[in-house]
Amino acid sequence: MSAPLVVVQAAQTTRVGKTGFAVGIVIVSVIAAAALIGNALVPADPFVQDLGNRLKPPFWMEGTQPEHPLGTDQLGRDYLARLIYGARISLLIGIMTVITSGLIGITLGVVGGFFGGRVDDVVLFAITTRLSIPVVLVALAVVGLMGSGLGLVVATLGLLLWDRFAVVARATTMQVRTLDYVSAAWCAGASTRHILMKEILPNIASHLAVVATLEMALAILLEAALSFLGLGVPPPLPSWGLMIAEGKDYMFFSAWVIFIPGAALFTLVLGINLVGDGLRNLLGTERLR
Amino acid sequence: MSALLDIEDLEVTFGRTAAVRGASLRVETGETHCLVGESGCGKSVTALAVMNLLARGGHRSAKRMSFAGTDLLSLPDRDMARIRGNRMSMIFQEPMTSLNPAFTVGSQMAEVLTRHKGASRAEALERAVELMGRVGITAPDMRLGQFPHQLSGGLRQRVMIAMALMCDPQLLVADEPTTALDVTVQAQILRLLASLKREFGLSILLITHDLGIVARVADRVSVMYAGEVVERAPTAQLFSAPQHPYTRGLLSCVPAPGKVRRDRPLGSIPGTVPMIPPGFAGCAFRSRCAHAIEICEHEIPRKSAGAAHDYLCRLMPRELEPQPA
Repeated sequence: MSAPLVVVQAAQTTRVGKTGFAVGIVIVSVIAAAALIGNALVPADPFVQDLGNRLKPPFWMEGTQPEHPLGTDQLGRDYLARLIYGARISLLIGIMTVITSGLIGITLGVVGGFFGGRVDDVVLFAITTRLSIPVVLVALAVVGLMGSGLGLVVATLGLLLWDRFAVVARATTMQVRTLDYVSAAWCAGASTRHILMKEILPNIASHLAVVATLEMALAILLEAALSFLGLGVPPPLPSWGLMIAEGKDYMFFSAWVIFIPGAALFTLVLGINLVGDGLRNLLGTERLR
Repeated sequence: MSALLDIEDLEVTFGRTAAVRGASLRVETGETHCLVGESGCGKSVTALAVMNLLARGGHRSAKRMSFAGTDLLSLPDRDMARIRGNRMSMIFQEPMTSLNPAFTVGSQMAEVLTRHKGASRAEALERAVELMGRVGITAPDMRLGQFPHQLSGGLRQRVMIAMALMCDPQLLVADEPTTALDVTVQAQILRLLASLKREFGLSILLITHDLGIVARVADRVSVMYAGEVVERAPTAQLFSAPQHPYTRGLLSCVPAPGKVRRDRPLGSIPGTVPMIPPGFAGCAFRSRCAHAIEICEHEIPRKSAGAAHDYLCRLMPRELEPQPA
């Protein structure tokens, strides 16, 4: 009697999951589109200051200016233009960090899981070492010592956030390695390279894609945190974290100054996480077989 | 006839556990050789040892192991990889999981030919279509672009067989190729294997626990028990005059129409295949054998029961006759 119940539950989960997935995709693609072509649509320059027009409120408040739909910041720069430029920075950092950390983590994990033995011991040691390092502290220290900059933030986060990639890649590789089609490929005379690139990687890719979305969201949040602390992206580059940091002195009188970049950050991270959840539901472990 | 695959005294160990203990096997050119035994007797491990694809921790050694005149024991890994899938290929028990879900059937089949023969992709795909037709897949052109999950179990096993034949191998190792399929598909696959054997001059090493299959397709049979080949015989002889008590036990477990009496239970062999500890001597079957006596604890000589028929048992045939109940 329990079997039909399970089926119904599964169906419900997928329906909810599908809605979330769709919402996530819409959010992420809108923000990505804004980051890519937004500056062409918004005439204002995110770097041009206009001290006579400081802290003009956004369109839903009194005293707004039509040429600044989201108002201006404390230096009179157009907030919408800065927000769009900030999306570009956030996505850039998210994607670059995921590429760097993904390369490191997936290589380590797949190699460890595939070859096992001593190799795996080394990989496990690296993972354990990495897990014992507090990310934010090290990121702060590195950025604090070596100065801030977009490249440095990406490099630091990329070198720190590979642990989940490695753990997942290692576990799934171990699982896939023993499956029949891998044995069949060996029996057909395949090389180790072929087995790794064509039999293992494509079949663990769905799991890695889920990790990638989570790591991307994490990297974006960490960049915002670092920028908020003044150790991330240097001004005048408009990072969302930096916008919150610059606006925090005015939050009691002009709350929208931190509300707008905060909401943007929240929406983007939510969207990415929804996409990740949706991916996980769509490409469950079933795909391994 | 010359032996295509000649194995003498193969030993496979996993740490302290011996999976194969001195198995000898000869597969002649153009014959179907069946390797029979219960689960855990070392049949699949023997096949994997021949392929040099033992799982991690497995170690093989043998007095002789040659394939078409090539010594497999001293062959470097690179050269072995060149033989695998090319001159010697293998099909597996579980067709549902033996194909890579990430690629189309066509690209997986083509891959084998481009790898071993350096054929172009177009040539390889052409060969794939041809072989798919040969193994009885309808509309091979359409199947080529499909993914494994779009095919049924029987179709996937046919694809596996076609893939194994891509490079015109001399030896096809089939590890329980029909166990996971339903009976009608099973019959089709066996018929297919038999016709392919004739057509391609293939030798087949068929691993199975199904004596019905053995009776139907095998030319010769090797019965394995606990890592040893306990009896070797031409098929007809094995069924008409089985010598080893284990073989007899296996045969008595098979219900045959007309021979089974309803008031008598079907034959069975009590117990399961034992783990063989290191330093074990004597007959491994003695713990389950109804006829076991003291001398079974000592080294067992291989005895001949006619041309090309030998077995590992100390007991005289008359001692093995079923006692009148």
